[in-house]
Amino acid sequence: MEDKTKALNIEEFLAQDEKKDLLRLLTAGSVDDGKSTLIGRLLFDSKRLYEDQLVALERDSKRVGHAGEKIDYALLLDGLKAEREQGITIDVAYRYFSTNRRKFIIADTPGHEQYTRNMVTGASTANLAIILVDATKGVITQTKRHTFLISLLGIKHVVLAVNKMDLVDYKQDVFNSICEDYKAFLTRLDIPDVHFIPMSALNGDNVVNLSQNMTWYNGQPILELLETIHVSSDRNFTDLRYPVQYVLRPEHNFRGFSAKVASGIVRKGDELMVLPSRKTSRVKEIVTYDGEQDYAFPPESVTVTLEDEIDISRGDMLVHPHNQPRVERHFEAMLVWMDENEMNPNTNFIIKQTTNLTKARIDKIRYKIDVNSMHRSEVDYFKLNEIGRVVVTTSKTLFFDAYEKNRETGSFILIDPVTHNTCAVGMIIDRVSAEDLPNRISDADRKKVAEGESLVSLKEREAKMQQKGQTIWITGLHGSGKTDVAYMLEKRLFDLGHVTVLLDGNKVRAGLSKELDYSSADRAEHLRRVAEVCRLLNDQGIIVICTFISPLKDIRKQVKKIIGEDRFSLVYMSTDLETSKIHAPELYKLAEEGKLQHLAGVDSPYEIPKNPDVTLDIKTASVESIVEIIQSK
Amino acid sequence: MSIENYSLSHLRELEAEAIHIIREVAAEFENPVMLYSIGKDSSVMVRLAEKAFYPGKVPFPLMHIDSKWKFREMIDFRDNYAKEKGWDLIVHYNKEGFESGVGPFTHGSKVHTDIMKTQALLAGLNKHGFDAAFGGARRDEEKSRAKERIFSFRDQFHQWDPKNQRPELWANYNTRVMKGESIRVFPISNWTELDVWQYIRLENIPIVPLYYAKERPVVEYNGALILVDDERMPKELAAKAKMEMVRFRTLGCYPLTGAVRSEADTIEKIVEEMMTTTESERTTRVIDFDQEASMEQKKREGYF
Ligand SMILES: Nc1nc2c(ncn2[C@@H]2O[C@H](COP(=O)(O)OP(=O)(O)O)[C@@H](O)[C@H]2O)c(=O)[nH]1
Repeated sequence: MEDKTKALNIEEFLAQDEKKDLLRLLTAGSVDDGKSTLIGRLLFDSKRLYEDQLVALERDSKRVGHAGEKIDYALLLDGLKAEREQGITIDVAYRYFSTNRRKFIIADTPGHEQYTRNMVTGASTANLAIILVDATKGVITQTKRHTFLISLLGIKHVVLAVNKMDLVDYKQDVFNSICEDYKAFLTRLDIPDVHFIPMSALNGDNVVNLSQNMTWYNGQPILELLETIHVSSDRNFTDLRYPVQYVLRPEHNFRGFSAKVASGIVRKGDELMVLPSRKTSRVKEIVTYDGEQDYAFPPESVTVTLEDEIDISRGDMLVHPHNQPRVERHFEAMLVWMDENEMNPNTNFIIKQTTNLTKARIDKIRYKIDVNSMHRSEVDYFKLNEIGRVVVTTSKTLFFDAYEKNRETGSFILIDPVTHNTCAVGMIIDRVSAEDLPNRISDADRKKVAEGESLVSLKEREAKMQQKGQTIWITGLHGSGKTDVAYMLEKRLFDLGHVTVLLDGNKVRAGLSKELDYSSADRAEHLRRVAEVCRLLNDQGIIVICTFISPLKDIRKQVKKIIGEDRFSLVYMSTDLETSKIHAPELYKLAEEGKLQHLAGVDSPYEIPKNPDVTLDIKTASVESIVEIIQSK
Repeated sequence: MSIENYSLSHLRELEAEAIHIIREVAAEFENPVMLYSIGKDSSVMVRLAEKAFYPGKVPFPLMHIDSKWKFREMIDFRDNYAKEKGWDLIVHYNKEGFESGVGPFTHGSKVHTDIMKTQALLAGLNKHGFDAAFGGARRDEEKSRAKERIFSFRDQFHQWDPKNQRPELWANYNTRVMKGESIRVFPISNWTELDVWQYIRLENIPIVPLYYAKERPVVEYNGALILVDDERMPKELAAKAKMEMVRFRTLGCYPLTGAVRSEADTIEKIVEEMMTTTESERTTRVIDFDQEASMEQKKREGYF
């Protein structure tokens, strides 16, 4: 390679280096296609290997190398001891090299069958992918799988490197027929820019220099292609998405909103809308340590201040009012399952998308896609390395775009709420509007509903209402002041923000117990119905206040049993018979005249409760002690 | 209006990435800390933190794990610079180890490093209950680092499991940990040694003068050139000292860090030397010779 570094003095070298841009690339290929050899060569030939690393290399290849006496470039690349002993690479490793035109970061991912996970990881940050094919084998299943994953992750530039051309006598027709096969497959995918290079990584043909063995090839050697390919326009400079990451308040009069510009350009003076509040203001300053800027673009990390004081926090997004993302809780996505544990579709996952963290539920798995054949099939859940299309609902509203339009706002990760592992990653598809998405009730939920189980748990209801479902049962003689206490309690609870239902004899007898009379059997049935209603309401988290004479111990006991011991509090109105009579004379008069039967205290007994939770008297009635009990549950 | 340019140089792109990472940690962790080793990589990392929160102050403390065998110039530099910048700086060291006289000359590099560096680091992290710790490690420095995540999960014993790393995609970092677990965060993972020097040059970041060549008293010890930095060096060794033009490519414990003969007394000359040099950075760190996979071993044990 021509060495331009030497020809420059150090100042010139540094000045040139300072201006270089960065290309992030991914290499993929199946085992033994020559991926490590190619990377090793790129590193080696770009003079990034110091001499002592070469010394270490020779020592290493004697101990564990596979390539006999020859220097094994692949060994340069393997990092971890355990992996090296097994002779395989099992994860993503990052390599760095630079030429005098560009800096490169290579995400080196293994080609093994089961490692979709690693490839997807490496591809997520890459601008370009090199896919290796062994010239003696041609396009194989794995080539297709890798290409599919690359298109799924939205990489726009692909180089098909047909390696080991030395083994097919550098024949052009071999190369051509491999290219044709690949092109035929590509028509099904969406990759705008594809290059084909015949190569021998081992001998260095078309790696750095054009090969003398393949004069029929009139393209560039791979390194030159990597140095010159235009990738910065792949960024989205159109749709401003500024996901607020951090709010800076160093002093009272400074309020800055820090973020990495996800896409689009933000300029001083721009009118911006804040999501989700939809309030608008103008950009006052774009602040950085190195001075104010007139504009900022992706992937810059800056701080914006606004003309007006608006409440903005992490997770909010600043956008141009005329160009808004989707603001929804419901969307479709392609999901890649990354966890060793298989998916439990009923999990409430944690979702992280831009700077938002919330919960997410998988409503429906539309299909699983076989990465080898592209066949779709129906499944109930995903296993490691499986990919498919899903419908997702989140608890909080998210601000997103389709992944194909915006890699930053269209991607998300799912985190297992128990292990906290990143269990899946997703890319949002934005073709169908949220209203048209079917299955707002998920398949798993449908099963629950069929079994009569609510989709909202008692716990969730109670958390929302900030109360425990329970029953306050007020017993006492007619005229003892039960109703007054009940209504006072209801008012007090309402003021405190509680959700209540009040049941009394008149209301229930007017409808629910209409056909029942005052015989002891019917009375028991009447109170049984009331108790069942209490139970139903308590199950939904609601506080029920009941006021019934309920004179008999056994019946109160039965009521308590139906409602549930720990949800039941008994309030006893201890007002004596004389006072009660003065308070509500009408019924007592009728009973004493024999015109009315079964009135407790007159012609039927009232059994005083032994251990009521609260005892009140009509004169001293205060509901605070009841409120205390309710709130302590 | 002038023509707008929407492309960043590789350094500005790396800078933006690092600032994003640093802010993400400040936003999502309860009690983060930045490990400050006084070296050039740390100096770059601290500058990036200052940039991330400008015009505010860095909202987390820095912590230096002092092995008590650092070069004296490092400690002077640390104290002056921290004072000038107004940093919230914690200095932690292994008191027991120090008082019982643990050191590389008497206990060897392995024992010293384990007690005064690894154990001290773990104790320092535990003492303050930090749930995230920034480190200035770079992936191009060492083989095992090439495979480590930017957000590197550690169990309650601070151990790294290379086979069980969390997938890390896009710039979407999983910051969830349970009580006792933590994350090591490496904001300059993607920087190379040249990037670091270039950045120091462009940003005028002060660094410890030991990086620049100067006449210094050195002795040959364990195949490396060791600076006679204090009276704890065995007398018979110190007696052999010769003045030589040397500089240091990495900084650590003085008996474990070899100098290189050099005339490079400016950043430009350092870079020039580096680009044409025949030895890589790590050969001057004695500890790496112990075992081929020693760094990986150290990482598994909780040291960076
Ligand atoms: N003949 C020939 N052999 C090659 C070429 N590239 C790589 N190899 C050999 O193929 C084998 C596998 O290469 P390696 O780089 O380890 O493959 P990886 O598994 O894709 O990383 C090694 O023995 C290499 O020496 C090539 O262009 N021509």
